[in-house]
Amino acid sequence: MYEIRIHSRGGQGGVTAARLLALAAIRDGKYATACPFYGAERRGAPVVSYVRIDDHPIRVYSQIRHPDLVLILDTSVMDVVDVLNGMKPGGRVLVNATDHREMKGFPSFSVDLTGIALRENLVVAGNPILNTAVLGALAKMGIVTMESAKMAIQEMFSDKRNVTAAEAAYAELVA
Amino acid sequence: MLTVATGNKAVAAAVKDACPSVVAAYPITPQTEIVEQIAEYVTSGELKSQYIPVESEHSAMAACIGASITGVRTFTATSSHGLHYMHEMVNWAAGARLPIVMANVNRALGPGWNIWAEHTDAFQERDTGWLQVYVGSVQEAYDATLMAFRIAEHESVLLPVMVNLDGFLLSHSMHPLQSVEIRDFIPPIHLPHAIDTANPAGYGTLTGPDQYFRFRWDIERSMRDSVNVIRETEEDFRHRFGREYHPVEEYRCDDADVVVVAMGTLGKEAEVAVDLLRKEGVKAGSMRIRWFRPFPRLDLSGRDVVVIDRDYSFGFGGVIARSLAATEGAKPFSVIAGLGGQEVTYDDIAGFVRDRRPGEEFWFGVMPDV
Repeated sequence: MYEIRIHSRGGQGGVTAARLLALAAIRDGKYATACPFYGAERRGAPVVSYVRIDDHPIRVYSQIRHPDLVLILDTSVMDVVDVLNGMKPGGRVLVNATDHREMKGFPSFSVDLTGIALRENLVVAGNPILNTAVLGALAKMGIVTMESAKMAIQEMFSDKRNVTAAEAAYAELVA
Repeated sequence: MLTVATGNKAVAAAVKDACPSVVAAYPITPQTEIVEQIAEYVTSGELKSQYIPVESEHSAMAACIGASITGVRTFTATSSHGLHYMHEMVNWAAGARLPIVMANVNRALGPGWNIWAEHTDAFQERDTGWLQVYVGSVQEAYDATLMAFRIAEHESVLLPVMVNLDGFLLSHSMHPLQSVEIRDFIPPIHLPHAIDTANPAGYGTLTGPDQYFRFRWDIERSMRDSVNVIRETEEDFRHRFGREYHPVEEYRCDDADVVVVAMGTLGKEAEVAVDLLRKEGVKAGSMRIRWFRPFPRLDLSGRDVVVIDRDYSFGFGGVIARSLAATEGAKPFSVIAGLGGQEVTYDDIAGFVRDRRPGEEFWFGVMPDV
């Protein structure tokens, strides 16, 4: 089972990113679940979502404590949350950032999702939409196929710019 | 079509497919998404129902009762405090023999104010005459809701059915969901005691001491008959759609020396604990109770039993543990865990099994050690 923990802030679309990723994995023919952890959320507060992908039906409902991949949509949560807590040995980190981040020995990848969203004018209520672009980065990392990523995005969003954003993230991911 | 959906969306999709004539509901966390989605289906025309937004849960059930007595299919959904606000009408629905289907998203009762999963809310309605089923996945939420209409409306049952799903753990978790073409899986509703809306007249329900007990017995007789109706319905569902359900879902129980009994998502997580224990050489199995009313029989003889109750009856004990002591003569290790959404992992469950003390009660997270 491959376990992914997504750190973001309320309103940034971390939950939708989890859903898109699970849908893409299912389109790859795998089993997947996406579980937002619901606390007393409000817009702007640090939030966590979980995605599990497996070749078999998933029966685990508890929170992910030892992720294979940590996705950080907003680097400012790193000031208040230990995002690397419980990382599996060999686990990887994907960061939405303009610069490359060293993550305490864990292989880290970065891509400027915010920049891509602004470039494509994917902005809702003043917030850049990161959750479609990030699928491209995750596809580049081999979590899902790019074909399924695009399929999932098109199933949930009619605006073609979401696919363009995912393609940009796929091309611009830095290891 | 295979898609990804939350438990709430799955329930709403099943309601759309079952096509009730009337839906009356009031939103409450974590059930809100069910009624929002149904309202959207009605607005878009995908569901041809009368949607009645009401001012309270008591009114929601009252509206369902009023609609159901005219002989039409009805649905509502609630959770926790909403369920108890409608409690009087919950009793009425069963006593009036109205096959209303209700989704209840299991949530703890306050205070302390808490919106997370617990089964005590629905367990407090256990003596009302409603059938109760508890699901363990998003797919099962969809499937069980469809089956609930057929079971409730069966002429041998004619009792309301409550479909329970764990708050957030299922209501807001996204899983694969495969919807079905129901065709004639749910026959048209026929309520023998429906009132005639073309010639409107009701009937009084005052029932004296010389008759009342007969109506109570009739509820119990139907509750007993429902066991066969549930079996037939689940068998036909498997035959038509390929997914298999039983009143109790057993996992690796055949040669098990110790069995974990749990409900809802904890019953699924227990299967992972069983796999873990089997690798250690412990012959463990699990039983997930799906139908709580009518209460099923479990084959526990000659086995150690670990019961996880995500509920509690104060001054008495864990409801499932005490029920199994009564019905099966079990002396379970009674674990109280998961109250108000308390995190319980498969590692924790494996620990309950390894360190079990049959006959004792253990409050996870409160008592220092198993």
